[in-house]
Amino acid sequence: MKFTEEHEWLRIEGDLVVVGITEHAAEQLGDVVFVELPEAETMVARGDEVCVIESVKAASDILAPLEGEIIEVNPALVDNPALVNEDPLGEGWFFKLKIDDLGALDEFMSEDEYKDFIG
Amino acid sequence: MELNRTCLHALHVELGARMVPFAGYEMPVQYPLGVMGEHLHTRAKAGLFDVSHMGQIVLRAPATALEALVPVDVQGLGAGRQRYALFTNDQGGILDDLMVANRGDHLFLVVNAACKQADLAHLQAHMDGVQMIAGRALLALQGPWAGDILARMVPGVADMRFMDVAILPWQGVDLWISRSGYTGEDGFEISLPEDRAEAFARALLAVDGVAPIGLGARDSLRLEAGMCLYGHDIDTTTTPIEAGLSWAIQKVRRRGGAREGGFPGAEVILGQLETGPARLRVGLLPEGRAPMREGTQLFHGDTHIGAVTSGGFAPSLGVPVAMGYVPAALSKPGTHLMGEVRGKRLPVTVAPLPFRPSTYRK
Repeated sequence: MKFTEEHEWLRIEGDLVVVGITEHAAEQLGDVVFVELPEAETMVARGDEVCVIESVKAASDILAPLEGEIIEVNPALVDNPALVNEDPLGEGWFFKLKIDDLGALDEFMSEDEYKDFIG
Repeated sequence: MELNRTCLHALHVELGARMVPFAGYEMPVQYPLGVMGEHLHTRAKAGLFDVSHMGQIVLRAPATALEALVPVDVQGLGAGRQRYALFTNDQGGILDDLMVANRGDHLFLVVNAACKQADLAHLQAHMDGVQMIAGRALLALQGPWAGDILARMVPGVADMRFMDVAILPWQGVDLWISRSGYTGEDGFEISLPEDRAEAFARALLAVDGVAPIGLGARDSLRLEAGMCLYGHDIDTTTTPIEAGLSWAIQKVRRRGGAREGGFPGAEVILGQLETGPARLRVGLLPEGRAPMREGTQLFHGDTHIGAVTSGGFAPSLGVPVAMGYVPAALSKPGTHLMGEVRGKRLPVTVAPLPFRPSTYRK
Protein backbone atom coordinates (compact mmCIF):
# COMPACT_ATOMS: atom_id res chain seq x y z
CA MET A 1 0.00 0.00 0.00
CA LYS A 2 1.22 3.51 -0.85
CA PHE A 3 0.35 6.86 0.70
CA THR A 4 0.04 10.40 -0.66
CA GLU A 5 0.72 13.73 1.03
CA GLU A 6 -3.02 14.35 0.69
CA HIS A 7 -3.57 11.48 3.16
CA GLU A 8 -4.90 9.03 0.61
CA TRP A 9 -3.91 5.38 0.45
CA LEU A 10 -3.42 3.56 -2.86
CA ARG A 11 -3.66 -0.22 -3.14
CA ILE A 12 -3.07 -2.23 -6.28
CA GLU A 13 -5.89 -4.64 -7.07
CA GLY A 14 -5.29 -6.47 -10.33
CA ASP A 15 -4.61 -3.74 -12.88
CA LEU A 16 -6.51 -1.10 -10.88
CA VAL A 17 -5.56 1.25 -8.05
CA VAL A 18 -8.02 1.39 -5.16
CA VAL A 19 -8.09 4.80 -3.45
CA GLY A 20 -9.24 5.68 0.06
CA ILE A 21 -8.26 8.01 2.89
CA THR A 22 -6.00 7.11 5.79
CA GLU A 23 -7.07 6.53 9.39
CA HIS A 24 -5.27 9.74 10.26
CA ALA A 25 -7.32 11.68 7.70
CA ALA A 26 -10.57 10.07 8.79
CA GLU A 27 -9.84 10.96 12.39
CA GLN A 28 -9.01 14.56 11.46
CA LEU A 29 -12.20 14.91 9.44
CA GLY A 30 -14.43 13.58 12.17
CA ASP A 31 -17.74 11.88 11.56
CA VAL A 32 -18.41 11.72 7.83
CA VAL A 33 -22.07 12.40 7.03
CA PHE A 34 -22.05 12.71 3.25
CA VAL A 35 -19.87 11.54 0.39
CA GLU A 36 -20.22 12.74 -3.20
CA LEU A 37 -18.67 10.25 -5.60
CA PRO A 38 -17.66 10.73 -9.23
CA GLU A 39 -19.33 8.87 -12.09
CA ALA A 40 -17.69 5.63 -13.14
CA GLU A 41 -15.91 5.76 -16.52
CA THR A 42 -14.73 9.32 -15.91
CA MET A 43 -11.29 10.38 -17.10
CA VAL A 44 -9.47 12.36 -14.44
CA ALA A 45 -6.25 14.35 -14.36
CA ARG A 46 -3.87 14.28 -11.44
CA GLY A 47 -5.04 16.71 -8.76
CA ASP A 48 -8.65 16.82 -9.97
CA GLU A 49 -11.19 17.10 -7.17
CA VAL A 50 -13.05 13.85 -7.66
CA CYS A 51 -14.93 13.29 -4.39
CA VAL A 52 -16.35 15.52 -1.68
CA ILE A 53 -16.47 14.38 1.92
CA GLU A 54 -18.60 16.25 4.40
CA SER A 55 -18.23 15.86 8.14
CA VAL A 56 -20.58 17.44 10.68
CA LYS A 57 -18.35 20.50 10.65
CA ALA A 58 -16.93 20.96 7.16
CA ALA A 59 -16.46 19.78 3.59
CA SER A 60 -13.21 18.57 2.06
CA ASP A 61 -12.10 17.19 -1.29
CA ILE A 62 -10.42 14.02 -2.41
CA LEU A 63 -8.01 14.53 -5.26
CA ALA A 64 -7.17 12.12 -8.04
CA PRO A 65 -3.65 10.92 -7.15
CA LEU A 66 -2.78 10.16 -10.78
CA GLU A 67 -4.16 10.61 -14.26
CA GLY A 68 -6.46 7.79 -15.29
CA GLU A 69 -9.99 6.52 -15.63
CA ILE A 70 -12.33 5.92 -12.72
CA ILE A 71 -13.63 2.41 -13.29
CA GLU A 72 -15.71 1.86 -10.19
CA VAL A 73 -16.90 3.81 -7.16
CA ASN A 74 -17.94 2.48 -3.75
CA PRO A 75 -21.76 2.63 -3.74
CA ALA A 76 -21.92 1.67 -0.04
CA LEU A 77 -20.59 5.13 0.91
CA VAL A 78 -23.69 6.86 -0.42
CA ASP A 79 -26.00 5.15 2.07
CA ASN A 80 -23.46 4.71 4.83
CA PRO A 81 -20.86 7.50 4.78
CA ALA A 82 -19.79 6.45 8.29
CA LEU A 83 -17.85 3.57 6.68
CA VAL A 84 -15.11 6.13 6.05
CA ASN A 85 -14.64 6.43 9.83
CA GLU A 86 -15.38 2.82 10.73
CA ASP A 87 -13.09 1.13 8.22
CA PRO A 88 -11.09 3.72 6.29
CA LEU A 89 -8.57 1.22 4.93
CA GLY A 90 -11.17 -1.39 3.91
CA GLU A 91 -14.93 -0.94 3.43
CA GLY A 92 -14.47 2.83 3.30
CA TRP A 93 -12.65 2.89 -0.06
CA PHE A 94 -13.72 5.59 -2.54
CA PHE A 95 -12.92 4.61 -6.12
CA LYS A 96 -10.86 2.37 -8.37
CA LEU A 97 -8.63 4.02 -10.92
CA LYS A 98 -7.15 2.56 -14.09
CA ILE A 99 -3.78 4.08 -14.87
CA ASP A 100 -1.31 3.53 -17.71
CA ASP A 101 1.61 2.39 -15.64
CA LEU A 102 1.32 0.92 -12.15
CA GLY A 103 5.00 1.76 -11.75
CA ALA A 104 3.88 5.37 -11.26
CA LEU A 105 2.95 4.41 -7.70
CA ASP A 106 6.61 4.12 -6.79
CA GLU A 107 6.85 7.85 -6.22
CA PHE A 108 4.42 7.72 -3.26
CA MET A 109 5.27 7.06 0.36
CA SER A 110 5.52 3.68 2.01
CA GLU A 111 3.60 3.12 5.24
CA ASP A 112 6.69 3.91 7.32
CA GLU A 113 7.39 7.06 5.32
CA TYR A 114 3.76 8.15 5.74
CA LYS A 115 3.94 7.58 9.50
CA ASP A 116 6.99 9.84 9.61
CA PHE A 117 5.16 12.35 7.42
CA ILE A 118 2.22 12.71 9.80
CA GLY A 119 4.60 12.70 12.77
CA MET B 1 -2.22 37.36 16.58
CA GLU B 2 -1.57 36.16 20.11
CA LEU B 3 -4.52 34.01 21.19
CA ASN B 4 -6.03 34.24 24.65
CA ARG B 5 -6.52 31.12 26.70
CA THR B 6 -9.27 30.38 29.18
CA CYS B 7 -8.32 29.19 32.65
CA LEU B 8 -9.35 25.65 31.61
CA HIS B 9 -6.87 25.46 28.72
CA ALA B 10 -4.65 22.86 30.40
CA LEU B 11 -7.69 20.73 31.24
CA HIS B 12 -8.88 20.80 27.61
CA VAL B 13 -5.46 19.66 26.42
CA GLU B 14 -5.35 16.94 29.09
CA LEU B 15 -8.77 15.72 27.92
CA GLY B 16 -7.43 15.39 24.38
CA ALA B 17 -9.20 18.40 22.85
CA ARG B 18 -8.31 19.70 19.42
CA MET B 19 -7.78 23.41 20.01
CA VAL B 20 -8.67 26.01 17.36
CA PRO B 21 -8.69 29.81 17.21
CA PHE B 22 -12.13 31.26 17.92
CA ALA B 23 -12.97 34.91 18.61
CA GLY B 24 -9.40 35.60 19.70
CA TYR B 25 -9.24 32.56 21.98
CA GLU B 26 -7.73 29.12 21.69
CA MET B 27 -10.80 26.94 22.24
CA PRO B 28 -11.63 23.21 22.13
CA VAL B 29 -13.51 22.41 18.92
CA GLN B 30 -13.86 18.76 19.85
CA TYR B 31 -12.63 16.09 22.23
CA PRO B 32 -11.82 12.47 21.31
CA LEU B 33 -15.55 11.59 21.40
CA GLY B 34 -15.99 13.71 18.24
CA VAL B 35 -18.62 16.26 17.21
CA MET B 36 -21.34 13.69 16.49
CA GLY B 37 -20.76 11.77 19.72
CA GLU B 38 -20.58 14.95 21.80
CA HIS B 39 -23.79 16.27 20.28
CA LEU B 40 -25.70 13.05 20.94
CA HIS B 41 -24.23 12.76 24.42
CA THR B 42 -25.50 16.24 25.32
CA ARG B 43 -29.00 15.36 24.09
CA ALA B 44 -28.97 12.06 26.01
CA LYS B 45 -27.16 12.92 29.26
CA ALA B 46 -25.15 16.05 30.10
CA GLY B 47 -22.43 18.02 28.33
CA LEU B 48 -19.95 20.41 29.93
CA PHE B 49 -18.88 23.42 27.86
CA ASP B 50 -16.20 26.01 28.56
CA VAL B 51 -17.62 29.35 27.42
CA SER B 52 -15.24 31.51 29.42
CA HIS B 53 -14.40 33.46 26.27
CA MET B 54 -17.78 35.16 26.47
CA GLY B 55 -18.08 38.60 28.06
CA GLN B 56 -19.55 38.98 31.55
CA ILE B 57 -20.63 42.51 32.41
CA VAL B 58 -22.07 43.92 35.61
CA LEU B 59 -24.24 46.98 35.07
CA ARG B 60 -24.96 49.27 38.00
CA ALA B 61 -27.16 51.57 35.99
CA PRO B 62 -30.91 52.11 35.83
CA ALA B 63 -32.87 49.68 33.65
CA THR B 64 -33.99 52.70 31.61
CA ALA B 65 -30.37 53.30 30.57
CA LEU B 66 -30.10 49.82 29.10
CA GLU B 67 -33.55 50.13 27.54
CA ALA B 68 -32.15 53.01 25.47
CA LEU B 69 -29.89 50.44 23.71
CA VAL B 70 -32.14 47.37 23.41
CA PRO B 71 -35.73 46.84 22.15
CA VAL B 72 -36.43 44.80 25.25
CA ASP B 73 -38.43 45.29 28.46
CA VAL B 74 -35.68 45.55 31.06
CA GLN B 75 -37.70 47.46 33.68
CA GLY B 76 -40.28 44.70 33.75
CA LEU B 77 -37.71 41.97 34.23
CA GLY B 78 -38.25 40.57 37.72
CA ALA B 79 -35.45 40.08 40.22
CA GLY B 80 -33.87 36.68 39.72
CA ARG B 81 -34.96 36.52 36.07
CA GLN B 82 -33.07 36.67 32.79
CA ARG B 83 -34.12 37.43 29.24
CA TYR B 84 -32.70 37.52 25.74
CA ALA B 85 -31.82 40.95 24.33
CA LEU B 86 -30.22 42.63 21.31
CA PHE B 87 -28.07 45.72 20.92
CA THR B 88 -29.38 47.48 17.82
CA ASN B 89 -27.90 50.21 15.63
CA ASP B 90 -29.58 53.25 14.06
CA GLN B 91 -30.38 51.27 10.91
CA GLY B 92 -32.18 48.62 12.93
CA GLY B 93 -29.31 46.15 12.50
CA ILE B 94 -28.02 43.96 15.32
CA LEU B 95 -24.72 44.85 17.04
CA ASP B 96 -24.81 41.79 19.29
CA ASP B 97 -27.22 39.46 21.04
CA LEU B 98 -26.96 38.91 24.76
CA MET B 99 -28.57 37.74 27.98
CA VAL B 100 -29.68 40.28 30.58
CA ALA B 101 -30.31 39.18 34.17
CA ASN B 102 -31.86 41.20 36.98
CA ARG B 103 -29.84 40.45 40.09
CA GLY B 104 -31.72 42.75 42.44
CA ASP B 105 -29.46 45.76 42.83
CA HIS B 106 -27.76 45.44 39.44
CA LEU B 107 -28.01 43.86 36.00
CA PHE B 108 -25.72 41.10 34.73
CA LEU B 109 -25.06 40.72 31.00
CA VAL B 110 -23.48 37.86 29.06
CA VAL B 111 -22.32 38.90 25.58
CA ASN B 112 -20.58 37.24 22.65
CA ALA B 113 -16.79 36.89 22.82
CA ALA B 114 -16.14 38.51 19.44
CA CYS B 115 -18.27 41.55 20.35
CA LYS B 116 -17.38 42.02 24.00
CA GLN B 117 -14.96 44.94 23.67
CA ALA B 118 -17.31 46.76 21.30
CA ASP B 119 -20.26 46.06 23.61
CA LEU B 120 -18.31 47.41 26.57
CA ALA B 121 -17.46 50.62 24.70
CA HIS B 122 -21.07 50.94 23.50
CA LEU B 123 -22.41 50.63 27.05
CA GLN B 124 -19.78 52.99 28.50
CA ALA B 125 -20.59 55.61 25.89
CA HIS B 126 -24.19 55.67 27.12
CA MET B 127 -24.02 55.11 30.88
CA ASP B 128 -21.89 54.92 34.00
CA GLY B 129 -21.55 51.85 36.19
CA VAL B 130 -20.39 49.42 33.49
CA GLN B 131 -17.91 46.80 34.67
CA MET B 132 -16.44 44.02 32.53
CA ILE B 133 -15.87 41.13 34.90
CA ALA B 134 -12.35 39.74 34.88
CA GLY B 135 -11.21 36.64 36.68
CA ARG B 136 -14.39 34.61 36.34
CA ALA B 137 -14.80 31.55 34.15
CA LEU B 138 -18.11 30.65 32.50
CA LEU B 139 -19.16 27.01 32.14
CA ALA B 140 -22.34 25.53 30.70
CA LEU B 141 -23.83 22.21 31.78
CA GLN B 142 -26.50 21.18 29.28
CA GLY B 143 -28.72 18.18 28.73
CA PRO B 144 -31.53 16.17 30.35
CA TRP B 145 -29.31 15.03 33.23
CA ALA B 146 -27.92 18.52 33.94
CA GLY B 147 -30.55 19.41 36.55
CA ASP B 148 -30.06 16.31 38.70
CA ILE B 149 -26.30 16.37 38.37
CA LEU B 150 -25.84 20.01 39.33
CA ALA B 151 -28.39 19.74 42.16
CA ARG B 152 -26.17 17.13 43.85
CA MET B 153 -23.36 19.70 44.04
CA VAL B 154 -25.50 22.83 44.38
CA PRO B 155 -28.86 21.87 45.93
CA GLY B 156 -30.39 25.31 45.33
CA VAL B 157 -30.60 24.82 41.57
CA ALA B 158 -33.41 22.30 41.98
CA ASP B 159 -35.84 25.17 42.53
CA MET B 160 -34.74 27.15 39.47
CA ARG B 161 -36.90 27.34 36.36
CA PHE B 162 -35.86 28.17 32.80
CA MET B 163 -34.36 31.70 32.69
CA ASP B 164 -34.09 32.01 36.48
CA VAL B 165 -30.79 33.34 37.83
CA ALA B 166 -29.36 32.85 41.32
CA ILE B 167 -26.15 33.25 43.26
CA LEU B 168 -25.51 29.99 45.11
CA PRO B 169 -22.56 28.77 47.16
CA TRP B 170 -20.25 25.89 46.27
CA GLN B 171 -17.28 25.10 48.48
CA GLY B 172 -17.10 28.63 49.79
CA VAL B 173 -17.38 30.50 46.49
CA ASP B 174 -20.36 32.19 44.85
CA LEU B 175 -21.59 30.58 41.66
CA TRP B 176 -23.55 32.93 39.40
CA ILE B 177 -26.03 30.52 37.84
CA SER B 178 -28.67 30.89 35.18
CA ARG B 179 -30.94 28.06 34.04
CA SER B 180 -30.45 28.60 30.33
CA GLY B 181 -28.10 27.73 27.51
CA TYR B 182 -27.47 27.46 23.80
CA THR B 183 -28.47 23.89 23.02
CA GLY B 184 -32.27 23.71 23.29
CA GLU B 185 -31.81 21.49 26.34
CA ASP B 186 -32.49 22.12 29.98
CA GLY B 187 -29.25 23.25 31.57
CA PHE B 188 -27.24 25.94 33.27
CA GLU B 189 -24.60 28.55 32.69
CA ILE B 190 -22.33 28.95 35.70
CA SER B 191 -19.92 31.82 36.34
CA LEU B 192 -17.30 31.25 39.02
CA PRO B 193 -13.84 32.48 40.07
CA GLU B 194 -11.15 31.30 37.68
CA ASP B 195 -9.05 29.79 40.45
CA ARG B 196 -11.86 27.36 41.30
CA ALA B 197 -13.09 26.65 37.78
CA GLU B 198 -10.87 23.66 37.13
CA ALA B 199 -11.82 21.99 40.42
CA PHE B 200 -15.50 22.60 39.63
CA ALA B 201 -15.15 21.27 36.08
CA ARG B 202 -13.30 18.18 37.31
CA ALA B 203 -15.98 17.54 39.94
CA LEU B 204 -18.64 17.64 37.21
CA LEU B 205 -16.62 15.51 34.80
CA ALA B 206 -16.19 12.88 37.53
CA VAL B 207 -19.97 12.37 37.57
CA ASP B 208 -21.27 9.51 35.44
CA GLY B 209 -22.99 10.99 32.40
CA VAL B 210 -20.99 14.22 32.09
CA ALA B 211 -18.71 14.61 29.05
CA PRO B 212 -16.72 17.63 27.87
CA ILE B 213 -18.21 19.17 24.72
CA GLY B 214 -16.42 21.37 22.18
CA LEU B 215 -17.45 24.24 19.94
CA GLY B 216 -18.27 21.88 17.06
CA ALA B 217 -21.14 20.24 18.90
CA ARG B 218 -22.11 23.57 20.47
CA ASP B 219 -22.73 24.80 16.92
CA SER B 220 -24.71 21.74 15.75
CA LEU B 221 -26.78 21.76 18.96
CA ARG B 222 -27.76 25.42 18.62
CA LEU B 223 -28.48 24.97 14.92
CA GLU B 224 -30.95 22.14 15.63
CA ALA B 225 -32.49 24.39 18.30
CA GLY B 226 -32.96 27.09 15.64
CA MET B 227 -30.83 29.61 17.53
CA CYS B 228 -28.91 32.40 15.83
CA LEU B 229 -25.12 32.61 15.79
CA TYR B 230 -23.98 36.23 15.83
CA GLY B 231 -21.86 37.15 12.81
CA HIS B 232 -23.57 34.46 10.74
CA ASP B 233 -27.37 34.41 11.14
CA ILE B 234 -27.55 37.91 12.56
CA ASP B 235 -25.31 40.95 12.18
CA THR B 236 -25.46 44.69 11.56
CA THR B 237 -27.24 44.11 8.22
CA THR B 238 -30.12 42.06 9.66
CA THR B 239 -32.91 43.45 11.83
CA PRO B 240 -34.47 41.54 14.73
CA ILE B 241 -37.70 41.29 12.73
CA GLU B 242 -36.00 39.84 9.65
CA ALA B 243 -34.19 37.42 11.95
CA GLY B 244 -37.47 36.14 13.35
CA LEU B 245 -36.67 37.53 16.79
CA SER B 246 -39.84 39.64 17.20
CA TRP B 247 -40.64 37.55 20.29
CA ALA B 248 -37.70 39.26 22.01
CA ILE B 249 -39.44 42.65 21.70
CA GLN B 250 -42.03 42.85 24.47
CA LYS B 251 -45.33 44.68 23.95
CA VAL B 252 -44.33 47.58 26.17
CA ARG B 253 -41.57 48.54 23.68
CA ARG B 254 -43.75 48.17 20.59
CA ARG B 255 -46.01 50.79 19.01
CA GLY B 256 -48.78 51.67 21.44
CA GLY B 257 -46.77 50.30 24.37
CA ALA B 258 -46.08 52.38 27.48
CA ARG B 259 -42.37 52.70 26.62
CA GLU B 260 -42.68 52.45 22.84
CA GLY B 261 -39.43 52.80 20.88
CA GLY B 262 -36.59 54.75 22.38
CA PHE B 263 -33.87 52.34 21.20
CA PRO B 264 -31.55 52.66 18.18
CA GLY B 265 -33.30 51.85 14.90
CA ALA B 266 -36.75 51.87 16.50
CA GLU B 267 -38.38 53.42 13.42
CA VAL B 268 -37.13 50.64 11.15
CA ILE B 269 -37.71 47.82 13.60
CA LEU B 270 -41.17 48.84 14.79
CA GLY B 271 -42.14 49.67 11.20
CA GLN B 272 -41.16 46.17 10.07
CA LEU B 273 -43.04 44.70 13.02
CA GLU B 274 -46.24 46.36 11.74
CA THR B 275 -45.90 45.94 8.00
CA GLY B 276 -43.82 42.78 7.93
CA PRO B 277 -40.21 42.59 6.78
CA ALA B 278 -39.20 42.05 3.15
CA ARG B 279 -37.16 38.99 4.07
CA LEU B 280 -37.11 36.48 6.89
CA ARG B 281 -34.78 33.96 8.47
CA VAL B 282 -36.20 30.48 7.92
CA GLY B 283 -35.32 26.88 8.57
CA LEU B 284 -34.24 24.89 5.51
CA LEU B 285 -34.29 21.14 5.01
CA PRO B 286 -32.17 19.95 2.09
CA GLU B 287 -33.95 17.01 0.44
CA GLY B 288 -30.78 15.04 -0.22
CA ARG B 289 -27.97 14.15 2.13
CA ALA B 290 -25.61 16.91 1.03
CA PRO B 291 -25.29 19.60 3.72
CA MET B 292 -25.91 23.18 2.58
CA ARG B 293 -23.29 25.23 4.37
CA GLU B 294 -23.13 28.94 5.14
CA GLY B 295 -22.92 30.86 1.87
CA THR B 296 -24.97 28.37 -0.16
CA GLN B 297 -26.97 30.50 -2.60
CA LEU B 298 -30.72 29.97 -2.71
CA PHE B 299 -32.93 30.10 -5.80
CA HIS B 300 -36.65 30.06 -6.57
CA GLY B 301 -36.97 28.93 -10.14
CA ASP B 302 -34.08 30.70 -11.83
CA THR B 303 -34.24 33.71 -9.51
CA HIS B 304 -31.57 34.18 -6.88
CA ILE B 305 -33.46 34.90 -3.66
CA GLY B 306 -31.09 34.56 -0.73
CA ALA B 307 -28.41 32.56 1.01
CA VAL B 308 -27.78 30.10 3.79
CA THR B 309 -26.34 31.70 6.94
CA SER B 310 -25.76 28.51 8.96
CA GLY B 311 -25.88 24.95 7.76
CA GLY B 312 -24.59 21.52 8.48
CA PHE B 313 -25.64 18.10 9.60
CA ALA B 314 -28.12 17.62 12.44
CA PRO B 315 -26.89 14.59 14.41
CA SER B 316 -30.13 14.18 16.38
CA LEU B 317 -32.21 14.19 13.20
CA GLY B 318 -29.78 12.34 10.97
CA VAL B 319 -30.26 14.79 8.12
CA PRO B 320 -28.69 18.05 6.95
CA VAL B 321 -30.34 21.27 8.16
CA ALA B 322 -29.73 24.95 7.46
CA MET B 323 -31.02 28.44 8.15
CA GLY B 324 -31.01 31.38 5.80
CA TYR B 325 -32.80 34.48 4.59
CA VAL B 326 -35.52 34.36 1.93
CA PRO B 327 -38.14 36.87 0.72
CA ALA B 328 -41.15 36.95 3.06
CA ALA B 329 -43.38 35.65 0.25
CA LEU B 330 -41.26 32.49 0.09
CA SER B 331 -40.88 31.99 3.84
CA LYS B 332 -43.84 29.65 4.42
CA PRO B 333 -42.90 26.16 5.60
CA GLY B 334 -43.21 23.72 2.72
CA THR B 335 -42.01 26.21 0.09
CA HIS B 336 -39.73 24.48 -2.39
CA LEU B 337 -36.46 26.22 -3.20
CA MET B 338 -33.11 25.23 -4.66
CA GLY B 339 -29.70 25.56 -3.06
CA GLU B 340 -26.54 25.64 -5.15
CA VAL B 341 -23.96 23.16 -3.83
CA ARG B 342 -20.72 22.92 -5.82
CA GLY B 343 -22.39 24.20 -8.96
CA LYS B 344 -25.43 21.93 -8.73
CA ARG B 345 -28.86 23.18 -7.76
CA LEU B 346 -30.40 20.80 -5.24
CA PRO B 347 -33.92 20.89 -3.77
CA VAL B 348 -34.44 22.33 -0.31
CA THR B 349 -37.68 22.97 1.58
CA VAL B 350 -38.52 25.80 3.98
CA ALA B 351 -39.14 24.30 7.43
CA PRO B 352 -40.33 25.61 10.78
CA LEU B 353 -37.79 26.43 13.49
CA PRO B 354 -36.62 24.92 15.74
CA PHE B 355 -35.78 21.71 13.93
CA ARG B 356 -35.93 19.92 17.24
CA PRO B 357 -38.30 21.06 20.01
CA SER B 358 -36.58 22.50 23.05
CA THR B 359 -36.85 20.71 26.40
CA TYR B 360 -36.53 23.58 28.86
CA ARG B 361 -37.72 23.23 32.45
CA LYS B 362 -40.45 25.86 32.40
